[in-house]
Amino acid sequence: MTLDVLVIGGGSAGLSAAIAARRRGASVRLVEQAPRDFRGGNTRHSRNFRLIHAVPTPYMPDSYSEEEFLAELARVTEGDSDAELARLVVRGTAGAAQWFAQNGVPLQRTGDGVLPYSRRTTFFLGGGRAAVNALYVTAQKLGIGIAYESEAVSLRLAPGGLCEADVVSGGRRERIAAKAVVACAGGHQSDREALREAFGPAGDGIMVRGTPYATGRMLRRLVEAGARPVGDPARCHMVAVDARGPWEDGGIVTRITGIPYGIVVDREARRFHDEGADTKRTHYSRWGPRVAAQAGQVAWLILDAAGLARAAPTALPPVAAPDIPSLGLKLGLDPEKLAGTVAAFNAAVREGRTEGLEPPKSSGAAPIAVPPFAGYPMRPGITFTQSGVAVDTRMRVLDEDGRPMEGVFAAGMIMAANVLGRGYLAGLAVSLCAVTGRIAGEEAARHAAR
Amino acid sequence: MRPDEPAVEEAERLLRICAACMYCDGVCAVFPAIDGRHDFSLSDIQHLANLCHNCRGCYYVCQYAPPHPFAVNLPRTLAELRLASYAEHARPRAIGSFFAAPLRVGAVVACVAALTVAVALFAIPPEQLFAPPEARRFSQVPAWGAVTAVASAAFVWALVGLLLAGLAFWRTIRPRAPLATLMRSAPPALSDAVTLRNLGGGGPGCHTRDERYSRLRRRFHHVLVAGFVVSVGSHTLPMFGIDWEALRFAGIAGWTTMLAGIAGLLHFERRADREPEFSGEHRLNLVFLSLLSAVAVSSLAELVLRDTAAGGLAAVLRTGIVTGYFLMLPAGKMVHWVHRSLSLLRAAVDRRRPSAGAPTPE
Repeated sequence: MTLDVLVIGGGSAGLSAAIAARRRGASVRLVEQAPRDFRGGNTRHSRNFRLIHAVPTPYMPDSYSEEEFLAELARVTEGDSDAELARLVVRGTAGAAQWFAQNGVPLQRTGDGVLPYSRRTTFFLGGGRAAVNALYVTAQKLGIGIAYESEAVSLRLAPGGLCEADVVSGGRRERIAAKAVVACAGGHQSDREALREAFGPAGDGIMVRGTPYATGRMLRRLVEAGARPVGDPARCHMVAVDARGPWEDGGIVTRITGIPYGIVVDREARRFHDEGADTKRTHYSRWGPRVAAQAGQVAWLILDAAGLARAAPTALPPVAAPDIPSLGLKLGLDPEKLAGTVAAFNAAVREGRTEGLEPPKSSGAAPIAVPPFAGYPMRPGITFTQSGVAVDTRMRVLDEDGRPMEGVFAAGMIMAANVLGRGYLAGLAVSLCAVTGRIAGEEAARHAAR
Repeated sequence: MRPDEPAVEEAERLLRICAACMYCDGVCAVFPAIDGRHDFSLSDIQHLANLCHNCRGCYYVCQYAPPHPFAVNLPRTLAELRLASYAEHARPRAIGSFFAAPLRVGAVVACVAALTVAVALFAIPPEQLFAPPEARRFSQVPAWGAVTAVASAAFVWALVGLLLAGLAFWRTIRPRAPLATLMRSAPPALSDAVTLRNLGGGGPGCHTRDERYSRLRRRFHHVLVAGFVVSVGSHTLPMFGIDWEALRFAGIAGWTTMLAGIAGLLHFERRADREPEFSGEHRLNLVFLSLLSAVAVSSLAELVLRDTAAGGLAAVLRTGIVTGYFLMLPAGKMVHWVHRSLSLLRAAVDRRRPSAGAPTPE
């Protein structure tokens, strides 16, 4: 009996696709490249998902409308978003919480824990890995065949309408034929070659915040097989992360959010950008590209004790010293140059901003004067890339002529660029993965049942 | 406990990562307790180690759990420190060493029980020992009078030991707060203690073998405590002159219920995933549950056999086991409810204070 649906990738998109297809009666296998301990793609590093709702729910206060969501999406993408697919995804989020809950994922009620007010997103209780665990338990209960450490290295459309994928697992190569394939293998942010191609030599200095298994191999196979690419391989979401963290998989805890409370300097101990420019809480995503543009793709955040106290806790304690020159020495910066930069900054501070300083600090400026002083070495960390394959509203992958490729579907970050060509909204990625995964799974099952 | 101990440094390392992440904030009370914190004092660490209820939720949902390079295994680290805190605050201090070797507790209880039976066999004439209930006059035997006096003294010793340990622990973790705040925090703390809210995982339950949730461990603990309360009530009420026959049935029901609870908890303890636990605490739990079983079984036997010829011996054996149990009470797992309740009180007090707060995630 030929397999009905093969799902490539076991993050929230792949799991949603597999579960949706299975619930439609299809026979389903899911291949996940990572070992069991690291399964789940970047979903294991996620926390919440964005969704529309008309009335308060146990998981969200107030309301969040489709129009508002679409308007915010249009704003951050600057129009780089397919309107029809965007509306499909946004509308689909209305059922996202129920979809997760029905499939065993625990959700956090408002008021539990210490979550701040959020009317736009619902939180996984215990974070993304809790959701991943629950979805795998459900998938197993439903009888979906799951293989870990199994990478789909090739994909072809065989004559007769079947899809064939070569899956490598433990050194063995297996050819899996299926009536439909759903590609949920993510973007290409963890492929060092692709980073070099997109960013030049600077690509070597960028840390990978999430899963090391988003190599983009399946994305490339699809394009080679004729799929139409969307987005831009050089476009991505990048934040400032602690350079001392793990080179891959550091996740949320290595993100540096304290830039508004101090100053940022380059290798020469010189400031290079207004630290107070972005007053929104998403300032750290602006700083990723800025740090990437510096020599060596490194920069340092310098804080005094008062600034450090206002900043959020960090996974790794800051480098500390009783005075600025000592801090400079510990950080590998010229102590006198650093002292000069700090002195010039302090002298220019007037009521929360600097005067006569280039670059200025336009808000939140306070003298860096109270010991002990703290420093964080920073690097750019890439979260996800914004290039993928074109799909239609049934998640069918489209070729260069806009025709659907028979039996080939895509969901999740591998097609997110259709909706999110640039920019980002908190919680959007997981929602998109769940909604497109579910649609792709249902459509794949329907295709297999013809 | 010293700041330079490996377990303490490891706890600090992990708690920093947890405070930076906070995805577990809805799982249990430990995470709201570290919200916004940049560093952790010894008092904080002792408190957090006891606030943890060993639900293991934070291990299975942690994206940084081993084999990730950050290697965050919070339940195991907190369990190790919790055990150390039991030993450190045990009173008198000498009994603290029992926490590292819980089997010795079992050995002492066995010795006391054996000694009690030996005294009875030696001092009580067989025609009394095996006589029907109305003819048993153990209280008239001076040696037995001494045994029951020791039993009562052991009971008082146990209560005093728990009280002194509790005072010592409170001194370690006490928050700086006025009495009024403490009193207002007591009801929610009591509620959390009685309901075992922190075994609820924020809703879906806790864990035994793997990432799947279950509410059974919490429920079996409730069954154990319910049985305990009924049993203790059925035995103490006669001391106040209330001696209804119904109390005997209550006692039987209570001890049986307790055994059902123990059976469940023993089952989970034996089947539990070893990764997120500390072997010392696992051994402590096994010994504790076994001793509780001995108390329950011997008490049940005494109640059931009371009207038979074996009733006298059953009462003697029970007295021996209970005496040993009370003697060793402050040296075993039983202190956990004192420590944990006090930590719940401190957590309730801390929640009333404004925290640093997380940035809005939008």
